[in-house]
Amino acid sequence: MIVANNVHKAFGQLQVLQGIDLQVREQEVVVIIGPSGSGKSTFLRCLNLLEEPTSGVITIDGMCVTDKTSDINRIRQNVGMVFQRFNLFPHKTALENITLSPLKVKGISLQEANAIAKDLLAKVGLSDKETSYPDQLSGGQQQRVAIARALAMKPKVMLFDEPTSALDPEMVGEVLTVMKDLAREGMTMVVVTHEMGFAREVGDRVLFIDEGRVVEEGTPEQIFGNPKNERTRAFLNKIL
Amino acid sequence: MYVLEIWQEAFPVLLVGLRLTIELTILAVLFGCVIGLIVALGKMSRMPLIKIPSVIYVEFFRGSPLLVQIFLVYFGLPKLVGHPMDQFWTSVAVLSLNSGAYCAEIFRAGIQSIERGQMEAARSLGMNHIQAMRYVILPQAFKRVIPPLGNEFIAMMKDTSLVSVIGLIELTRSGQLIISTTYTAIEIWFLVAIFYIIMTVLISEFFVNRMERRLQAGDRS
Repeated sequence: MIVANNVHKAFGQLQVLQGIDLQVREQEVVVIIGPSGSGKSTFLRCLNLLEEPTSGVITIDGMCVTDKTSDINRIRQNVGMVFQRFNLFPHKTALENITLSPLKVKGISLQEANAIAKDLLAKVGLSDKETSYPDQLSGGQQQRVAIARALAMKPKVMLFDEPTSALDPEMVGEVLTVMKDLAREGMTMVVVTHEMGFAREVGDRVLFIDEGRVVEEGTPEQIFGNPKNERTRAFLNKIL
Repeated sequence: MYVLEIWQEAFPVLLVGLRLTIELTILAVLFGCVIGLIVALGKMSRMPLIKIPSVIYVEFFRGSPLLVQIFLVYFGLPKLVGHPMDQFWTSVAVLSLNSGAYCAEIFRAGIQSIERGQMEAARSLGMNHIQAMRYVILPQAFKRVIPPLGNEFIAMMKDTSLVSVIGLIELTRSGQLIISTTYTAIEIWFLVAIFYIIMTVLISEFFVNRMERRLQAGDRS
């Protein structure tokens, strides 16, 4: 589903990504962990070209993201993204946040868009918040609306960029539950997170990234149970 | 009372001038906003062919006195096109171009004040740049620019007095004309000032406050 080959990214002199490879199969959940500044978020943002890689090739669902001639807006419709800071549209209600892109990008009818949005709100447990504006919702609720908004485009892949890092502790659970359901339904997911419990429970594969390189890669059991690399061990010791 | 008699006589004459002032202001602000939005987007463009003219435009109209601009266009344009220009439309053109430069900066600041994440969220949902601007960024930016735009509206209203130099009898000029026959300077200038003040109060009340309230309904961010 996703193939990334030798992805480099530099901001001026600063080398953030120094050759990252990743293959994600359909229905696979890949969790990326690593210290802050390791480049894990930057790599995730390269996957849908929010950051343009300096070099390397990325293909999603057979379409080349890094090819300048490919229609990035088309590709992005297949790649949902959930942000650390939710980024809901504050001037639109929860329902309108979800329907906006299906209406304007896909051009479906309002009834159809509303039906999809209501289904998705029910799915994330927020049927009663249709007409609420983002600032009337808690952080956890906002993030669930943001997930529903991304799902409304019927993406083939979902990218999560530290989806629970900006939440109060008691709201982390409700967001993770939605993500777990999504994984169970067979969504292909790449998740950058500090939630090791989630990584262990839901992840098919865990990548440990440090200083712009994949340091270690394996099943959650391997990474958490028996990390081979010194840096992985040091990192896990610090956070577990 | 003596003053009241002067005012009573001056009132209808000033009203005619006031009407012209209002017409000039509304047209200038309207065109100014349209020009301003286009130029603001131009200034943020990555293409030098669009960006550079936009920057020069703003620097020119913001950097030189409106009075100079009025003279320049009023005397320059007829030379260029070969026939005399209508005073009213010349005035509207200069005022609009001047207002457009200020509006451009207001819009640019408003657009750039919207968090980066909004554009990223819109783009990640498959919207192209124009759709993201239209449905996500600009609606939020418009709300933020209402207060500074109201200031610009008020400033423009007062600046219309400058077109009296090319012979348009707007509010200030009509006051001046009355005084030239009655020699009651203080009484008339005072009344003219009151007229302007009433208009600024009306603009800030009905335009700015109301619109702000309406746009904030249900959305307090």
